[in-house]
Amino acid sequence: MLLNNPSTPNLKIEDCLENESTLVKEARRIMEVCNACRYCGGFCAVFPAMEMRRSFSRGDLEYLANLCHNCTGCFHACQYAPPQEFDINNPKIMAELRAETYQKYAWPAPLAKMYQKNGRAVSYISTFSVMIVLLFALITQGNAALFTAYSGSGSFYQVIPYGVMLGVPIVIAICSIVALLAGVFRFSKGTGWDMRQLAQPQNVLRAVWDVMALRYLGGSGDGCNYEDDTFNHKRRWFHQAIFYGFLLCLVSTSVALVYDHFLHLPAPYSLASIPVITGTLGGLALLIGTSGMLWLKMKRDKRPQAEGLLGMDTAFTGLLFLTSLSGLLLLLLRGTTAMGVLLVIHLGFVSGFFITLPYSKFVHAVYRFAALVRFAEEKRRNPDGDGII
Amino acid sequence: MKDITQPYDVLVIGGGNAALCSAITAREAGARVLLLEHASKPFRGGNSRHTRNLRCAHDGPTSFLKGAYPKETYLKELLKVTDGQTDEKLARIMIDESVDAPQWMYKRGVRFQHIQGTLGLAHSNPFFLGGGRALVNAFFNTAEALGVDVVYDSEVLEMDIRDGKFHSATVRSRAFTMEVKAKSVIVASGGFQADLAWLKEAWGEAADNFIIRGTPYNKGRLLKDLIEKGAKTIGDPQQCHAVAIDGRSPQFDAGIVTRLDCLSFGIVVNKNAERFYDEGEDFWPKRYAIWGRLVAGQPDQIAYSIIDSKSINLFMPSLFRPVQADSIRDLAQQLRLDPEKLDQTVTNFNQAVQVGTFDKDKLDDCFTTGLTPAKTHWARRIDSPPYYAYPLRPGITFTYLAVKIDEKARVIMQDDKPAENIYATGEVMAGNILGKGYMAGTGMTIGTVFGRIAGQEAAAYVA
Repeated sequence: MLLNNPSTPNLKIEDCLENESTLVKEARRIMEVCNACRYCGGFCAVFPAMEMRRSFSRGDLEYLANLCHNCTGCFHACQYAPPQEFDINNPKIMAELRAETYQKYAWPAPLAKMYQKNGRAVSYISTFSVMIVLLFALITQGNAALFTAYSGSGSFYQVIPYGVMLGVPIVIAICSIVALLAGVFRFSKGTGWDMRQLAQPQNVLRAVWDVMALRYLGGSGDGCNYEDDTFNHKRRWFHQAIFYGFLLCLVSTSVALVYDHFLHLPAPYSLASIPVITGTLGGLALLIGTSGMLWLKMKRDKRPQAEGLLGMDTAFTGLLFLTSLSGLLLLLLRGTTAMGVLLVIHLGFVSGFFITLPYSKFVHAVYRFAALVRFAEEKRRNPDGDGII
Repeated sequence: MKDITQPYDVLVIGGGNAALCSAITAREAGARVLLLEHASKPFRGGNSRHTRNLRCAHDGPTSFLKGAYPKETYLKELLKVTDGQTDEKLARIMIDESVDAPQWMYKRGVRFQHIQGTLGLAHSNPFFLGGGRALVNAFFNTAEALGVDVVYDSEVLEMDIRDGKFHSATVRSRAFTMEVKAKSVIVASGGFQADLAWLKEAWGEAADNFIIRGTPYNKGRLLKDLIEKGAKTIGDPQQCHAVAIDGRSPQFDAGIVTRLDCLSFGIVVNKNAERFYDEGEDFWPKRYAIWGRLVAGQPDQIAYSIIDSKSINLFMPSLFRPVQADSIRDLAQQLRLDPEKLDQTVTNFNQAVQVGTFDKDKLDDCFTTGLTPAKTHWARRIDSPPYYAYPLRPGITFTYLAVKIDEKARVIMQDDKPAENIYATGEVMAGNILGKGYMAGTGMTIGTVFGRIAGQEAAAYVA
């Protein structure tokens, strides 16, 4: 019997031999089977991107993994899915490889270790954040400050002083955004493409549109598989609730910052104000989206899933849930004696969320966006889709 | 769990496209339907698991197809590939009914996509989104939602047929043998290609070197049962849909990924390092279905497609990487061919090549002169290392020996009368239309059209 020749045509040796993980090798095996089949072309962007290639470097595979939205359509449609002997489980391997890229490209490197037990890391940091805010409030403001019913503007600053309320989040946000950008820059460089070439308006716009509509969880119009081989839009809608809820909360916080710092209108604001309306809508959307996502995760078909990553997913989703829940409760009870404690808890969760931002599931948003920008560029260069990049 | 010992109106045997189309149709017509699938759930769907499109006539652009594919063209092409070995009345029914097939499938959950594939079938063959397994999933979901009883791991061992009438079936369901009663039966259990002993009866020793591209469950048990119980047959047990596939393929169930579309870009030699047929006779999609038989006719049923680096990116990638070498002699060593002879064959070929303008998308003017057999198109010198080779074996998709049916999909018995309540659809009767040769997507069209007819007729019979 003839053995397979271990050299792929067109693959540069230096692309495939340097420090490759088992996951990269398995992803390559899968992509080579998929590329010989091509039945899944209409599900998402991964397959059209795959079809532009005859061989798969490590960088190609890391890019494809981050293009994958885990809709699992290809798994349920696959004639080679386990228990068939070819054992093709694309979504699972793509998810594991994605997580590997999060760790590999995270910056600074020592903090990337957080991805090894990510559920635990994110939970601990969030818990510590709440404790630290609480201790800080107790030590600086005293007992009474936490359990008094305040009214009128500036009452939040009775619990946490204005300078701290403004300064600490800004420092955390800047650090996190720098780390995130460093990560995505390392990712793009490490997978072999040039940011400057890609960041053209039409590519970015197309990627923004892909994200806004969550095109690749839409399948061919029927939504995606998740619980079984039937199609629906549940996951898409829940994800959109999280995405737009998060954006609304960002709007709320930014407007509040402008009101407070530049217009000298200190919080809390009236129920009809922009920060409260956007924050409330955003918080409710986040509650619905995160609980829906967690509910779907419990019901999902486990076969095409990387169950080892459940910790990372649930810690992040759970933290978002707790952040919005505490925020909404704070709004509801801000005139009562519970305000102080709720404010502390809410600010604790918010800090935890932003501290872990570059080292949590959140990065999927940034890496996937980058991958979608790259796909837009490849599609532009290769509109027929069957050429070779 | 379902109690399958209660009597049903319609028993459908099989779980592929043909079976599902008939089960859904019979159920929609109000019949109580039981579908028995021999395979376990992950392997359900027979050969349909590995399919990707069906061939449909249409007069103008539709939501599924570009351009037009007139019925006359369809029939003309069918008559050509089968050499006229087709039941024209049934063929016309298939072609007429194919027009509505995609819409019917779509309404029952099947989704299509437009592929820019290498086959150039956009005007005649809508492709299933996700391929055949996605179609099978959609149909099973639809069937069960309609109330069809579906049981897996259930093999029908034999049928009680007396005087052209079906009474009951003996079934081994999840290891227990039982009797299933139904007022009518639709046999949609496929051909016999997975029964290697039966293949050997037809082909002799050569069958030892055949690879079965699809499901290992199609052993033709009910085809044999029907023949033994007086069904009339049509077709030759040697005839089948056979293509040349990668010889390193697993024995069963490797599906589409081991097909090779490179044969027309190089030369094909047998184990004696000799060419044996015009590799450039016509476009690959029009010729791919003859190469299985060609390779089966060579010593040890093996051949090798040899190309050079000019052609390596001209065709769809396939499952196994090619054998690669920097010289023809080294390539021969790796293939265990006589290096001297292969070198001579390539040299002779190269000397016979007339320089023309190579164009893979048309019947170009690159041909050989003074060479037997000639290569009539796409002939380019094999002179740019690295050289690549793929071993080839006959890959059997499905067999054509069939039970004869009438236009109501009823099985015809030895007295030339149709059986009262026995219907057949899919690969168990495809030989009525496919006497030999093949056109992409025809198998699925046959199963869909006659599945719907069988379902309708069986439901009408019991009503």
